[in-house]
Amino acid sequence: MAIFVNADTKVIVQGLTGGQGKYHGLRNKAYGTQVVAGVTPGKGGTDVEGVPVFDTVAQAVAATGATASFVAVPPKAASAAILEAAAAGIAFIVCITEGIPAQDEAKVFNTLLRNHPKTRLLGPNCPGIISPGKCNIGITAGEIAQLPTAKGPNVGIVSRSGTLTYQALYELKQRGIGVSTCVGIGGDPVPGTNFIDCLKEFQADPETHAIILIGEIGGSAEEEAAEYIKASVTKPMSAYIAGVTAPEGKKMGHAGAITSGGKGTAKGKMDALRAAGVKVGLNPTEAGDLMAEILASMAR
Amino acid sequence: MDLFEYQGKQYFARFDIPVSPGDVALTVDEAVVAAEAAGYPVVVKAQVQVGGRGKAGGIKLANNADEVRLHAGNILGMDIKGHVVKRVWVEHASDIKKEYYASYSLDRAAKKHLLMLSAEGGVEIEAVAAKDPNAIVMLHIDPVDGLSLAVARDAAVRAKIDEEAIDGVASMLVKLYDCFTRGDCDLAEINPLILRPDGGVHALDAKVSLDNNAAFRHPEWDEFRATEELDEREKLARSHDLQYIGLDGTVGIIANGAGLAMSTLDVVNQVGGTAANFLDIGGGANADMMAAALEVINFDQNVKSIFINIFGGITRGEDVANGIVAAMGRVDLRAPIVIRLDGTNAEEGRAILVNAGIPESKLSSKPTMLEAARAAVALSNQNGAK
Repeated sequence: MAIFVNADTKVIVQGLTGGQGKYHGLRNKAYGTQVVAGVTPGKGGTDVEGVPVFDTVAQAVAATGATASFVAVPPKAASAAILEAAAAGIAFIVCITEGIPAQDEAKVFNTLLRNHPKTRLLGPNCPGIISPGKCNIGITAGEIAQLPTAKGPNVGIVSRSGTLTYQALYELKQRGIGVSTCVGIGGDPVPGTNFIDCLKEFQADPETHAIILIGEIGGSAEEEAAEYIKASVTKPMSAYIAGVTAPEGKKMGHAGAITSGGKGTAKGKMDALRAAGVKVGLNPTEAGDLMAEILASMAR
Repeated sequence: MDLFEYQGKQYFARFDIPVSPGDVALTVDEAVVAAEAAGYPVVVKAQVQVGGRGKAGGIKLANNADEVRLHAGNILGMDIKGHVVKRVWVEHASDIKKEYYASYSLDRAAKKHLLMLSAEGGVEIEAVAAKDPNAIVMLHIDPVDGLSLAVARDAAVRAKIDEEAIDGVASMLVKLYDCFTRGDCDLAEINPLILRPDGGVHALDAKVSLDNNAAFRHPEWDEFRATEELDEREKLARSHDLQYIGLDGTVGIIANGAGLAMSTLDVVNQVGGTAANFLDIGGGANADMMAAALEVINFDQNVKSIFINIFGGITRGEDVANGIVAAMGRVDLRAPIVIRLDGTNAEEGRAILVNAGIPESKLSSKPTMLEAARAAVALSNQNGAK
């Protein structure tokens, strides 16, 4: 088991003929992911290192039975690419594109909600998802993810920040802790998949025994996650929130990471998570240490 | 990108949102010309991106050219909470019967657009919300549907906007929504939105924040960018496409990814140091970008040590190392570097640094984020940071 993607997931890459799409799409394939097709309008009939390319997502789905898509196209084209995938019946879309206008993101999110309620979008502006040993969609280097074990305990990771997602994987690998699935939801203002969506899946996944949450300043997603954890998550959790020392009113790189007037501060988020029973570390290493302690106490 | 009031009003005008006639002025003479064109009496308003202009003496009424000279002379160059006034906006003074409030933003929790409308404008909306939350109508708008005049009118009625202003306000709301969506704003706010004795309504102030991600479809934003108030370090960083924010500490920070960069600030702080900046070299940073980042940091006189924290995903260890070696050949770095390098091709990167023969006093490598932070803070203290 794993969440959202597993060894059976068949993936197409929208933008496979472009720089990012080719590099990461082929890396995902080399990891063992079933990358079955690419889509680039006008390049149908060609191939990228043996992976067939189609003009449209619908053609690629008809020919391969793909259920997931990796969207690696520039910001101007990303919204249309996501909606095309949804219209073609793709159930799980991962969009790594950074720099999509917020107005477009809001429109895409609400269009999916209304017209394609069964389609899940991960991202945009996210590192992707990896179920170690089974499926890797996105830009995560597969070798930093520790394989899960049959008897466990294994940890699920959900993170709002790209590089901190890798850092979390690395912290667990250093300690030899297996990972069921690691989901990078991205730091944009309107993420297709949020913390709660992932927590719900991890709670239901028998292969996941504990969960790490990596958040950052800005917005209220961590506070909402804390409410959900309190009510519905029984698996033990550790967390880290980046941006304790961030100055107010300054955007720190992500469109989403901004604190204003005391709202969305790291302290507020940490307090909310602690109140929900989550062990909160002051840096990623401490969050890893806390997870190791949790697993040790579970074993006793 | 936050706009000045005058830019916000110019932006509003593109969407047919009525504003007071006026013009921007950089000198006293220009202010007089603007006043003559707008018609007396006029209001001379300091253009700074900080609240409390009025209290600081940055907004004055003038009835003739002499008064415009006096006030513009006083206001230009004035320091308002650390912001020096370089421009004034001079507009025809409006007769005000009532002041309202209207804004659009994105409600991230609801993932919908949010209209906030109140019959109690002219004061901080936070104060209104604290005193009487019911005085603000909050309306979620589905971005797919947009906003119709009928819905806008209904919101105005519910907000207890005066009968005679309902049609004007409703029409204004539709135009402001158009500005917010088609104009790619993160925030479009009018406070106050006024009702004049003649029954007309218009925007007396403008607070607009633009979404930088949408700049590719707004060539007209270039002129706004020219007036952005960045310090020298921030300008240098922008020319290299680096995400940089200047801070007041002594440890220069370079990291890849916004989250890791924020986390690096946190760790430096936890071990007793202070960060001189936030600098994200981004995913897929190459040797040139690393070299440019070091140049930007070196520009900052307060920096006593530099902490480079890289976790390679797309970013590759050998590129990072080559960039550091190149930068050290090109720039005479004033502060020593402590580096923590992990992830994709980290081994190769560390080997490049070792083989470059850089003395330990100028560059040292640590295996973890925490150890590197401690070393960087210790070096910073040795080098004279308080």
